[in-house]
Amino acid sequence: MRDTLIQATYLVASALFIIAIKLLNSPRTARLGNGLGALGMLMGAIATLFYQEIVRYEWILLGVVLGGALGAWMALRVRMTAMPQMVALLNGFGGGASTLVGLVEVLRRVPQGEDSPVWLLTVGLSILIGAATLSGSLIAAGKLHEVITGRPIVFPGHHYQTGLWLVASLILLVWTIIAPAQGLFGLLTAIATILGVWMVLPVGGADMPVIVSFLNSLSGLAAAATGFVLQNYLLIIAGTLVGASGFILTTIMSKAMNRSLWSVLFEAVGGQVSTASAEGRTVRQTSAEDVALMLSYARSVVIVPGYGMAVSQAQHAVKKLLDALQKKGVDVRFAIHPVAGRMPGHMNVLLAEADVPYDLLWEMERINPDFPQVDVALVIGANDVVNPAAKTDRSSPLYGMPILEVEKARTVVVLKRSMNPGFAGVENELFYKPNTYMLFGDAKKSLEAITQALMEI
Amino acid sequence: MTELLFALFVFMLSIFLGFELISKVPPTLHTPLMSGSNAISGITLIGSLIAAGSEENPLSVSLAVAAVALATINVVGGFLVTDRMLKMFRRQ
Repeated sequence: MRDTLIQATYLVASALFIIAIKLLNSPRTARLGNGLGALGMLMGAIATLFYQEIVRYEWILLGVVLGGALGAWMALRVRMTAMPQMVALLNGFGGGASTLVGLVEVLRRVPQGEDSPVWLLTVGLSILIGAATLSGSLIAAGKLHEVITGRPIVFPGHHYQTGLWLVASLILLVWTIIAPAQGLFGLLTAIATILGVWMVLPVGGADMPVIVSFLNSLSGLAAAATGFVLQNYLLIIAGTLVGASGFILTTIMSKAMNRSLWSVLFEAVGGQVSTASAEGRTVRQTSAEDVALMLSYARSVVIVPGYGMAVSQAQHAVKKLLDALQKKGVDVRFAIHPVAGRMPGHMNVLLAEADVPYDLLWEMERINPDFPQVDVALVIGANDVVNPAAKTDRSSPLYGMPILEVEKARTVVVLKRSMNPGFAGVENELFYKPNTYMLFGDAKKSLEAITQALMEI
Repeated sequence: MTELLFALFVFMLSIFLGFELISKVPPTLHTPLMSGSNAISGITLIGSLIAAGSEENPLSVSLAVAAVALATINVVGGFLVTDRMLKMFRRQ
């Protein structure tokens, strides 16, 4: 009877999780969905406490209080610009929990020989995927937080070593099935941890949206594998939903960069700066006052934010400019490239924080046909996602990546710190076009100067 | 063996359901989708709770407590930060 009630509660919790993700389909219902997901989690956790096997609560309490306090502190303190590393960390912790649960199961069941080959396979997978997710996510978070350099870190023969660690983990996985022993699972944990580190070290900043989505997917799959280990359907359902979610995001991000997951993991881009074609050409510089003048005469303005906006925390300055322009009757929209920033939806969250309504944010496919009718395209700290070489230059590393076609606007203004090339280390043709003006300096300060000048006109 | 097959049925259906549900999420919500779904994957919590409440030997208990803590960070942090983000999204 008790078990039936627990399982029935799990059934309700699964339904709540599914509804939660369904409600995330619209910004109007998303918050309710998130709340329902939390409710499902609470129900599942409370029901679990009634399991017959649970005899002591003090250790549970210790873990929950510790984790709850830390989680709440992180969630309430984190700045919106630091959201990519926050998400990476959370992915990692989920993976870590799966590994640890797998290890506890190994300690309990392997000595008693209560293990079928299938069970051994699933517990091995939950340990392998979980540990690689944890270590990989920690490296990703370190890179995003700039504790580790955002440039690719590549040792000689790095990708062969990564392949070696992967093969070694798979061999161990099979070995644990043939001759189960606790020590082997310990070794598997260690090698999977190294695999995660090796996998993420060569990934550069611009590729981060792909890798963060991929780790998101892995954290779900680790939970699903743990579900198989414990024969728990709630875990299987929830984990698989997340695995699918991360997988879809990985695909969207890879497509938006015209790269495969394979090439993100195994072919580091960036670091080497090509100096070709930069010789002897000059860009046209402009001033905040001139930009303000251009904007005040415009009917249609499109703002293109990039990672530079996040770096200089310029989202609130953008909102002030938006208000000033709207007051003058200018039609302002935002063009959002899927991989602008360091994770899927990064720009959207920052602009939402600054109170920019989300219906002003247009996706790439929707806004690209409109650029010829746009008077001023204002590029704020974006580079590779507006580089026309992606369409025309077959030799460019960016070739084939879909871009925001700002060069078709009547006038383009680029706010940029310096002439340093973007992450891919590729010169940007856009800066040399006759209709492009460059405004150098910190994005936030430049925006404030433009807004100031605009209000004085 | 039947138990495993049942689990595989659930797994397969969840894959299709996941793809169906998530392909409809608009790009503007991709970050909250990641953090929110990530909180849901903290469901490993229930596995860690059983372990932390039933294990005897010190090594298992310490691993289990660490698992509870990590999963709780994931769950509490994930849902809270997602709520913080979603609160900010508004229409014109």
